[in-house]
Amino acid sequence: MDNPIQTDVLIIGAGPVGLFAVFELGLLNLNCHVIDILDKPGGQCAQLYPEKPIYDIPAYPVITGQDLTENLLKQVKPFSPVLHYEQLASKIEKKDDGNWLVETDKGLIFDVKAVVIAAGGGSFEPKKPNIPDLDKYSKSISYSIDKVDRFKDKDIVILGGGDSALDWTLQLYDTAKSLTLVHRRDKFRGAPATVEKVMNLRENGKIQFHVGQVNEIIGNNGKLSAVKCLKSDETINLPCDILMPFFGLTMSLGPLDKWGIDLSDERVVVNTETFETNIPGIYAVGDINIYPGKLKLILSGFHETALMAHAVFKRVNPDERLTLQYTTTSSSLQKKLLSQ
Amino acid sequence: MVIVNFISSKGVLKSVNATEGETIMDCAKNNDIYEIEGECGGGCSCGTCHIYINDEWVDKIEAPTEMEEDMLDFAIDVKENSRLSCQIKIDETLDGITVQTPEKQF
Repeated sequence: MDNPIQTDVLIIGAGPVGLFAVFELGLLNLNCHVIDILDKPGGQCAQLYPEKPIYDIPAYPVITGQDLTENLLKQVKPFSPVLHYEQLASKIEKKDDGNWLVETDKGLIFDVKAVVIAAGGGSFEPKKPNIPDLDKYSKSISYSIDKVDRFKDKDIVILGGGDSALDWTLQLYDTAKSLTLVHRRDKFRGAPATVEKVMNLRENGKIQFHVGQVNEIIGNNGKLSAVKCLKSDETINLPCDILMPFFGLTMSLGPLDKWGIDLSDERVVVNTETFETNIPGIYAVGDINIYPGKLKLILSGFHETALMAHAVFKRVNPDERLTLQYTTTSSSLQKKLLSQ
Repeated sequence: MVIVNFISSKGVLKSVNATEGETIMDCAKNNDIYEIEGECGGGCSCGTCHIYINDEWVDKIEAPTEMEEDMLDFAIDVKENSRLSCQIKIDETLDGITVQTPEKQF
């Protein structure tokens, strides 16, 4: 892909509000790219509660987070947004021509006229277990698998009992020298077929399993050699070159606080006329922003995107007059929406 | 009125008035109990409103559902008396309950 990628607007966050921002900006002929830290669209709706019903989306008596996301993707399709997953916006820099350069942790660079932060609760990152000195061993701790080779002939300890813990157990037991799974109870929360496979490995002695909790790590110079596992009646040492904790994800503000944006209580302060931050050209919509009377609701976020889009249009096209058009009556809007 | 006692991981006690019908998580958020996060807003979806119930109260609360047990798998430092505070509704039978908040929610 060409670097930098040039487009009108970069939206940070592909949750419901980020996706609807594509729609509102699209109506005003502004093209968007969207980045998200997750490997799928939907944000919290997809990550935290895909199957759970949401009752306060206007005109939907009830809808799941997954369906809401799918509908939004359908709704923005006419505007052909480009979505980039597993990307964290790490750096932002103002160019001489007034555009913004935004760089992601994976090396994508965007050259855009406006940046819209729709990052919800912030970026998702793995929860870390409460083990002393964990950070000193960061090279021996892995929250995902980049190269399977790295795990060859290693003693691996996986913590947790959800889908990730079980999936990686299945992926790695063959490559690893030894694989030990440690979980707080003798019951797994995973797809039934996956659980069954893990149970088989356990019965056949291909993996070790302990009910307990790892509460101490042993090693030297940042290199892990073993972990201590607290069981109900004893503490045992498990050989361990690589520790893999899987306790789900949490949200953090990430690098936003280094961008010079005014924050209040870890949220981005905006002007409610434009949803612009204190930095001209950078906007914030949805749960990430804060203003007097703010309610953290998806529907508030939707409303904010419409006002933001009009403000972005005026910034990008200062000499053009913008009149509010309705999708029911405007033939030019209808042409756009029916184009696909 | 129902009193809920929160003991922080540092051992500091804070007793607050709770409203019947709200959850212990709501009560914590309303009273600035900062060791309770409640990232998902009370939907049993994130495991960041984890608390420990003091022993004498454990049996007075309905046992956790399967869904809560599953979500406790994603909490940090889970013990036998661990619960998710968003799943415990406060009523008069819980007047005087004491819970401890963990050092870390994530």
